[in-house]
Amino acid sequence: MDNMLDIEALSAQEEVPPVRTIVLDRPPVPVAPPVRERNPLREPAPSTAGPERLRVSDLSIAYAGVPAVKSVSLSIHQGEVLALIGPSGCGKTTLLRTLNRLTELTPSAARSGRVLLDGQDIHELVDTTLRSRVAMVFQQPNPFPMSIFDNVAFALREQSRKRPRRRELEPLVIDALRRAGLYEEVCHDLDRPALRLSGGQQQRLCIARAIAPRPEVLLMDEPCSALDPISTGVIEELIGELRRELAVVIVTHNLAQARRVADKVAFMYLGDLIEYGTADEVFTQPRAARTRDYVQGTFG
Amino acid sequence: MSVYAPQLETGSPPTSKRGRRSSPWTWRWRDRLVLACAWTAGLGLCAIAAAIVLYMGYRGIEYLRPGLLFTRPAIGQSQSQTGGILDPLIGTALLTLIGIGLAFPLAVACAVWIAEYGRPSWLARVVESSIEIVAGTPDIVLALFGLSIFQLGLFAPLSFRAEGGGVYGRSFVAAGAMMSLIALPPLFAATRDGLQAVPEHMREAAFALGKTRIATIRRVLLGSVRSNIATGVTLGVSRIIGDTAIVLLLLGETLHIETQGPVPVVDLLRGTGSTLTSYVYDNSPAGEGAAPQKAYAAAFVLLVFVLGLNLLVERIGRSRPAPSPLTGR
Repeated sequence: MDNMLDIEALSAQEEVPPVRTIVLDRPPVPVAPPVRERNPLREPAPSTAGPERLRVSDLSIAYAGVPAVKSVSLSIHQGEVLALIGPSGCGKTTLLRTLNRLTELTPSAARSGRVLLDGQDIHELVDTTLRSRVAMVFQQPNPFPMSIFDNVAFALREQSRKRPRRRELEPLVIDALRRAGLYEEVCHDLDRPALRLSGGQQQRLCIARAIAPRPEVLLMDEPCSALDPISTGVIEELIGELRRELAVVIVTHNLAQARRVADKVAFMYLGDLIEYGTADEVFTQPRAARTRDYVQGTFG
Repeated sequence: MSVYAPQLETGSPPTSKRGRRSSPWTWRWRDRLVLACAWTAGLGLCAIAAAIVLYMGYRGIEYLRPGLLFTRPAIGQSQSQTGGILDPLIGTALLTLIGIGLAFPLAVACAVWIAEYGRPSWLARVVESSIEIVAGTPDIVLALFGLSIFQLGLFAPLSFRAEGGGVYGRSFVAAGAMMSLIALPPLFAATRDGLQAVPEHMREAAFALGKTRIATIRRVLLGSVRSNIATGVTLGVSRIIGDTAIVLLLLGETLHIETQGPVPVVDLLRGTGSTLTSYVYDNSPAGEGAAPQKAYAAAFVLLVFVLGLNLLVERIGRSRPAPSPLTGR
């Protein structure tokens, strides 16, 4: 800045034509995050597909008559991570939110087709029961304005009629925090307000809250897009751990992340399910030209 | 690395501090005049506020004795015989309690309904404009309305009776009910604005945990707007303790708190009394003028209460957690 002003002053004195110098900033040097040791437990990455949990058959969703998801059929197995990828507005978040019937909260949404959870149509279940079996984590970390303990206990509490005591809940809460990989960081004070945690810790608290009632399926809507690379790494590792006990469906814009965490990948485009297969197939030898263009970054 | 670019004539003042063009002395005279007016207005208001506080403090502290707060008022010929302001203090506290106690559930329930349900939308619009009408009604009109309501035979058990059985329509309940209408609009608005500022994904997060709408409202949403509700309550309290018209018409402005009937608490609620505002009015030179110095002392106490409440509102507003959950503090 100083440089620029001096030249300006100079040019004013000598009455040269009004020309000034713009000093361009040097491009920022990216600070590479420290290379994380790969978790040895994850390294072999065996695709241990368990029993089928969710089956989506011929599902279509439209908002006020405009189709957002067009006759999609999928199956989701326990022990697997399914990544939904595709450009913005392709219907992947809508599909995800239909799996626990959150789209119903939008009055203009209309649905046809079926979603089966363990062979039972989810629209025959009570919505609160369904949502405690199919949990969800959102893009923004959104802990409730209460203590860390209460955040997790809130998910457990009103499942039973009578109010359980703290002593009864404590082991369940601690277990959930431990499975979310957060317990060691917060164990000294579980009564701290959850909003005091860092963004990555908040997101892991949200995961702990979601998995506390032992759901069968965990839906994640771009869980890392608001986080820094280190927190993202921690959460990706966590997803690898969690898939042993439940089915995970993750929506992501980050193709590299899909490649890192997913066992199966579904590529959607303008509401259509273009390609569905194992991660290796979709990324290395896609069948559709559209998929190849997307995973190679030709469009997006 | 540097490149040359043609210099553009821009109207914006330069950012550097040494540039003389940024000084107001080089502005056009009209701009300077407006700036001077703005400064004068701001400083003038500061001066007025300081004058009020300092003058009332000067006159009030002069006659404020600790005993004044704890002795009951009395009728006397000279100022030394007229006692203290204990009854008006208790009256103010009791009236505030009743007013907020009635306004709180109404206002919070209305705000939750508007922000979380709000259907059918025409009804929501009607409710919101009704509250605006209540907010805009002058307090003396509310007081007159309350008087005509509570003088009905139907409400006779709620208020003070004359010897012959005539209904006066004056009691703590009657005044408190109208005071709740004074406190309701700010409390409603603060709660509604707070609820509308809660991001949508917060509600969805609770739904996604299998919570019902009512559990979401009770545990998550009301928890997030706690500070807004506190702000609203404080605003409502400061409006109640500052109101005079309702006290004059509906509380009877009796010197002492007078009970009515044999039942311990009910007799108090049905009884009459006075508040700091009506005490100031009665003792000021404009009223009966019996004890102007005590009016100053009571006015100072009132001013301290209201200023304290305003400070509290600001403190609550500042301690509110940042809206973004990402920052975390």
